[in-house]
Amino acid sequence: MHKIYTNIAQIAGDVITVEADGVGYNEIARIETRYGESLAQVIRLDGKNVSLQIFAGSRGVSTGDRVKFMGHPMRVPSGTDLLGRIFNGSGVPLDKGPALSENMIDIGTPSVNPVKRIVPNKMVRTGIPMIDLFNSLVESQKLPIFSIAGEPYNELLARIAIQAEVDIIILGGMGLKHDDYLFFRDILDEQGALSRSIFFIHTAADPTVECLLVPDISLAVAEDFALQGKKVLVLLTDMTNFCDALKEIAITMEQIPSNRGYPGDLYSQLASRYEKAVDFDTAGSITILAVTTMPGDDVTHPVPDNTGYITEGQFYLKNGVIEPFGSLSRLKQQVNGKTRDDHRAIMDTMIQLFASYREALEKRSMGFQMSAWDEKLLKYGRIFEDQMMSLKVNIPLEKALDRGWAILAACFSPEETGIKKSLIEKYWPK
Amino acid sequence: MKRTGKIVGISGNMVKVECHSFIIQNEVAYIIHGAERLKAEVIKIRGNVAETQVYENTTGLVIGETVEFTDELLSVELGPGLLGQIFDGLQNPLPQLAEKCGFFLKRGVYMDALSDDKEWAFTPILKEGAKVRAGDRLGFVPEKTFKHYIMAPFSLQGDWEIASMSPHGRYDLTKPIARLKAGDGAHRDIFMRQNWPVKIPIEAYVEKLKPHSTLVTKMRLIDSLFPVAVGGTYCIPGPFGAGKTVLQQLTSRHAEVDIVIIAACGERAGEVVETLKTFPMIVDPRTGRALIDRTVIICNTSSMPVAARESSVYTAVTIAEYYRQMGLNVLLLADSTSRWAQAMREMSGRLEEIPGEEAFPAYLESRIASFYERAGVVKLYDGSLGSVTIGGTISPAGGNFEEPVTQATLKVVGAFHGLSRERSDARKYPAIDPLTSWSKYASFIDENKMKAARETLRKSYDIAQMMKVIGEEGTSLADYVDYLKGEFFDSVYLQQNAFDKVDEATTKERQIYILNFIHLNILKQEFIFQDKAAALRFFQRLRQLFRGWNSTQMGTNEFMAIEEELKVAIRERAKELIGKTHA
Repeated sequence: MHKIYTNIAQIAGDVITVEADGVGYNEIARIETRYGESLAQVIRLDGKNVSLQIFAGSRGVSTGDRVKFMGHPMRVPSGTDLLGRIFNGSGVPLDKGPALSENMIDIGTPSVNPVKRIVPNKMVRTGIPMIDLFNSLVESQKLPIFSIAGEPYNELLARIAIQAEVDIIILGGMGLKHDDYLFFRDILDEQGALSRSIFFIHTAADPTVECLLVPDISLAVAEDFALQGKKVLVLLTDMTNFCDALKEIAITMEQIPSNRGYPGDLYSQLASRYEKAVDFDTAGSITILAVTTMPGDDVTHPVPDNTGYITEGQFYLKNGVIEPFGSLSRLKQQVNGKTRDDHRAIMDTMIQLFASYREALEKRSMGFQMSAWDEKLLKYGRIFEDQMMSLKVNIPLEKALDRGWAILAACFSPEETGIKKSLIEKYWPK
Repeated sequence: MKRTGKIVGISGNMVKVECHSFIIQNEVAYIIHGAERLKAEVIKIRGNVAETQVYENTTGLVIGETVEFTDELLSVELGPGLLGQIFDGLQNPLPQLAEKCGFFLKRGVYMDALSDDKEWAFTPILKEGAKVRAGDRLGFVPEKTFKHYIMAPFSLQGDWEIASMSPHGRYDLTKPIARLKAGDGAHRDIFMRQNWPVKIPIEAYVEKLKPHSTLVTKMRLIDSLFPVAVGGTYCIPGPFGAGKTVLQQLTSRHAEVDIVIIAACGERAGEVVETLKTFPMIVDPRTGRALIDRTVIICNTSSMPVAARESSVYTAVTIAEYYRQMGLNVLLLADSTSRWAQAMREMSGRLEEIPGEEAFPAYLESRIASFYERAGVVKLYDGSLGSVTIGGTISPAGGNFEEPVTQATLKVVGAFHGLSRERSDARKYPAIDPLTSWSKYASFIDENKMKAARETLRKSYDIAQMMKVIGEEGTSLADYVDYLKGEFFDSVYLQQNAFDKVDEATTKERQIYILNFIHLNILKQEFIFQDKAAALRFFQRLRQLFRGWNSTQMGTNEFMAIEEELKVAIRERAKELIGKTHA
């Protein structure tokens, strides 16, 4: 028996206020307007006044419309029936499939007890040398891709999704362009990965409030699978849109903004989502890759800044490649000692030499003289950019390591690399 | 008769409660939601409406639900059994919670911090008839490697007398070990466990003293140039990825203190997990026991309820003060105080207070100041000294130190270790910037040598800046050598290899010896070179030798061999022959 109320007292932004009794905080309601039905969530209780945020937006809502409280917080269906399906931010199917109503789970579950986590120790192979070799991705890692608008971040996400050895891929799209959504759908379909994927898509044309639900829904479903022992990869694009939606709602609610208009709890809001990344000690895992576009390539902007404090490193996408400086996987030390004995040596040496190459470039552009050593570096840098950094390169880690040795041998003598003798003897191309 | 009220408003974790009896500011209240009891704290009272912050998710709460008030301020349990434990911000033991609730932190489940049934071997110190006051030691129990003193409750007012005292024996925490009587005939049973409100400092001591000795962290850059005092305070601000947490983790392992309290406040759970899983395996060289035996972890990670985050630093500092009362040196590491300040900001916003800078509340500065003021060296009633040292990390927005939390902290701490993005990008560890950091405390390093080292760094930096404009060609040989000296000092002394067993921690003796060597033989030495290339080659060679030296144990033959090799190399280029190298 659901209670129904019709006395809407106030409509401001996407928030309506209705007089009602016995309503729970965060409860979900259904509101019927002449333009259709929408879900709404309770965001404030003050005596008899119940403030609700309408997922589909308040346009067309009349003060005489009916509000039906459901008696429970937001829920989504979960389970294997979802595989291959596409939904919007409220869990309504966007493909032509049937609506699901079984196996409903709450979103926004409590946080994991830290003592039930394990130290991450499994590498996720992607076939991209700039990741596998230099900044290894680790199962249960949360890692954003920092990028300016226009970089091929969605292509990168899709590639990682297809190649990563995971059981389930969940894509949460926020403020996604319609073409981008089609791109993801088509490419996963082409590569035969669609049957192990679930999409929750909010496009730029959809109401703002739905955007806020996307990460929660995606992660709630991911958690459900992880608890059943599955390895889940969650892709979120783009978290900056999520933050902007937060900002919009906070300001509508007359909250005091803290930094560039963003609400003071931006850090906690982001953390409660990213912290869902987990490796359970007796079950599966959740790995999160999220795109964060940086307005004006400014890493000190509140969104990338708060994100950087939460996540375990970041991939920095610039000029179409993963930039070795600025990119960091904080968990790489957990896995790159166990791959091949030359992994760390190649990683350190090639990056140091690449840093020297950048210095040489700078020296050259300032008109200083180039020494013989500088010339060697310039040659090395060009080959490195072409054969390692380019996102076209798609080779497994072992091949990338071999290629690393080949590049070094083509440019330097063994002593110039500073790599210890035992490794040189074992791997230096004869 | 319990005082109760009814919920009249809910916004986030802020719940308004109407109550027609009296209400105590900061008292704990429980919201009754079906079978669940959710803990909350009164933080504002207006008329007969109390605004409470709930330490849990408020989903599902309904207007009109009952709230019970408890008369008690938010408190922690103090007693034997704290060491080696992992608590959340409200002092719930996390391993026990996991046993009970599984993977997730279920709301409304609270557990005793200290186990009721564990027995401890108690030895009395005082006898019947002895006069006692708050904080006096009645007896002790062995806890790990420490003598854990059982003290008269800190809440005791005035002078009391011991009416009866239990004999030597094994007792659990539910059995009284003594009975006290007051002049007016009142009696009070004393247990090995006592409660203390977290936001009130424990003040059962004679006086607070000026910090005077250096706390050895075994980090050369800190100990030699920007030392921390035993009982002092310091802060580590830095942008993300600059290594704040790594620095804290290594300090928690190597610092020469008795007890380390780690307050993981609003940071990643993964980092706590690492500490949790590795500390039981690492042996503390000072005691020969596992590091976890001297550690208490308070962990309220970023996804746990924000109100509990606010209280977690107080929980931590109260436990630190408790062990200080036993005459121990305690180090409290708070990571990160910015998240704590943000928790205050969130609550302040919900209370609709008038915001200060960047929407932080106006009382931010005084809260930060009063937190750091809980550090200090104190002279206890028996004449012994105990101390609490506080080190807090700060995560300034955008890595910019001109923000309220950093600025408020800098006003009250004794040392500032500023991490820089440039140094961390250049893979320099620790990434503490030697040009902007400062310390008001004295080091065990001779003042003049310290000054000379700082001057070398400053000069080297200035020349490096100049070289960027005029190039190497335009720099004089003398300047170039000064530049190399600074670079050399930075790379072999200030930087440490955190992955090298020897280099990761340098003892006080070794720091004095090595700095003296560098001071006499390199920084103060004049060298003769034909050209810049020769100078560069010389310093590169020196650096290579020195790095090898850094990773050999002091006093071994290898150590002495490398020292000799270094001296030979220096002698070839030195203007004057080297005299004595030992001060």
